[in-house]
Amino acid sequence: MSEPHMETPEELDRANERPVDEAAPTGNPGGATTSDSVRGEDVLLEVDHVTLRFGGVVALNDVSFSLRKGEIFGLIGPNGAGKTTCFNAMTGVYRPTSGAIRFQGESVVGKKKHEITRGGIARTFQNVRLFPEMTALENVMVGADAHHKTSVLSALFRLPRFWQEEKSGRARSIELLRFVGIAHRAGDVSRNLSYGEQRRLEIARALATNPTLLCLDEPAAGFNPAEKEDLLRLIRKIRDTGVTVLLIEHDMRLVMGVTDRIVVLEFGKKIAEGTPAEVRDNPAVIAAYLGVPTDAA
Amino acid sequence: MSEKANFRENGGVRGWFGRQPTWVRSVVVAVALVLAFLLPYAGDVPLIGPQIVTEGIDWPSALFNMSYYVLLALGLNVVVGYAGLLDLGYVGFFAVGAYGTALLTSPDSVLYADTGWKWLMAVPVALALTMVAGLVLGWPTLRLRGDYLAIVTLGFAEIIRIFATSTTTLRGDRGFASIPHPPGEWGGKPIFGVTDAVPYFWLGLVVIIAVILGVRNLDRSRVGRSWLAIREDEEAAEIMGVRTIKYKLWAFAIGAFIGGLGGVLFAGEQGFINSQTFVLQFSILVLAGVVMGGSGNMAGAILGGALISYIPDRLRGISLGDTDLYEYRFAMFGLVIIIIMVLRPQGLIPSRRRAMELKDREKEVAPQ
Repeated sequence: MSEPHMETPEELDRANERPVDEAAPTGNPGGATTSDSVRGEDVLLEVDHVTLRFGGVVALNDVSFSLRKGEIFGLIGPNGAGKTTCFNAMTGVYRPTSGAIRFQGESVVGKKKHEITRGGIARTFQNVRLFPEMTALENVMVGADAHHKTSVLSALFRLPRFWQEEKSGRARSIELLRFVGIAHRAGDVSRNLSYGEQRRLEIARALATNPTLLCLDEPAAGFNPAEKEDLLRLIRKIRDTGVTVLLIEHDMRLVMGVTDRIVVLEFGKKIAEGTPAEVRDNPAVIAAYLGVPTDAA
Repeated sequence: MSEKANFRENGGVRGWFGRQPTWVRSVVVAVALVLAFLLPYAGDVPLIGPQIVTEGIDWPSALFNMSYYVLLALGLNVVVGYAGLLDLGYVGFFAVGAYGTALLTSPDSVLYADTGWKWLMAVPVALALTMVAGLVLGWPTLRLRGDYLAIVTLGFAEIIRIFATSTTTLRGDRGFASIPHPPGEWGGKPIFGVTDAVPYFWLGLVVIIAVILGVRNLDRSRVGRSWLAIREDEEAAEIMGVRTIKYKLWAFAIGAFIGGLGGVLFAGEQGFINSQTFVLQFSILVLAGVVMGGSGNMAGAILGGALISYIPDRLRGISLGDTDLYEYRFAMFGLVIIIIMVLRPQGLIPSRRRAMELKDREKEVAPQ
């Protein structure tokens, strides 16, 4: 899947032609709910018995699940369940104590963060982490630079590669700003953007790294219902360009509306996996969310 | 839409400059360049001329001093202002450049029998050496930030100075004499002589212009974006695919290179260096210049670098009653810095982004 990066502003249109939708992400009506059922060609990311300890605290306890190409996958659970920790393990911020994480069949454990990004996993942050004094456009261009090959010397001497990549990177970044709907703020310093715009800018910046998998960490936090609706539309639109989406949320209702499959974490353990409908009716999940002791459920 | 458009909305001189058509800007730049090259003759300007030129020291020499201070400030600005790495030992690179030149050219050098090169031949080797020194300092300190980095770089400069003082090869106080001057002849006489410092100033100016163009090119490319991203949020930068280690090392190497340029020019003009030249004070002074001028902004670094050299030189030879003001240059200089920092904490010509970062930080600590 790691195809060479093409420097055209039509990147997104091209992405539409990726042969991804054959693996139509239409949930799993058969009712198979374990990760073993999705082994095979279409597995994009595999979290394999991952345990992560911080001293005595077990943040993730033997968690396993798999993401398929082209789906929108939800990772949910109450606050402190280990969702973001799981995210951080996937993007190289933390190293699992045991277990494996494979992306397109290749282990990501021990890889550098920027290598993982260039390998095709992009992410946003739970609390927005833009480069505040850069303009919106520059923020996105940092992401686009991930696949650029301009060396320090070709930047210094303005060699052809510099002009070519600068131009295509700029065009693509503007395209992405338009895609997330904030092109009119391209020249504004990102700290001056509204909260919602900043969230969208983070998504554009992540998309600029040309990911195969986009991980969104609570992208709807602090949004009102209308903004949430817009965001869901955007997430679907991203999926339709062929990018697989992993969504972290603790707002169940939001997740139910957009995801194909869901894994539920609680206290670092996977307590359920399946389609939104299956997960919604799962007694353990209801207990986790309503606070009923699990042994009583 | 673009960043440029945003610039143009701003007021002030820079806002005005940004709004002008290209030809106006070219003319302004050309005039500024011509004026810069004519600076040695500033004393001939009626009325204000005599106020500007230094009295206690030959004016072209003072200008040359300013030129290498400006170079150092430009180089340090890359490390501190762009990449946000606090380097207190920057004089170390200046020393490596100067010592590299001396070792390869001076008759006092142990290498003289094998090398004894001309100044120009020694320059690329000395500069390569400073870049290596930059990497040597950069590599082990990559994981350090802020205060910790400052302490290690401080140690680096001291190691170089003490090394130069105590090893016989580097000759300590005795130093290296007869370092050749830059090449070139004009009308049968060497251009770079002993008495006239004007050609040295012009050479320094040419080097400064080249450095400005180079740094500007880097700043307006993925390199500058990466530095800025690292400065603002290093972890987020790395997660967005920025090779933080690579770009931090480049910042060190480029900063070292520019500092080394100052060193080879200095050695070429003075003809003599010893370990007393490279005291720690020097690093602090250059850093003060960068901060005073406006960290992260080249115009600020140039102004700051020029001022730290000009103010003490201008005070030389002025006496107040029985006391020579030069004796009190650091006291007065300190006072000037304090006043500037109180009135303009972001520097004389601040970088817009840096100023914003400062304001953000103020907000963070301000009571709600």
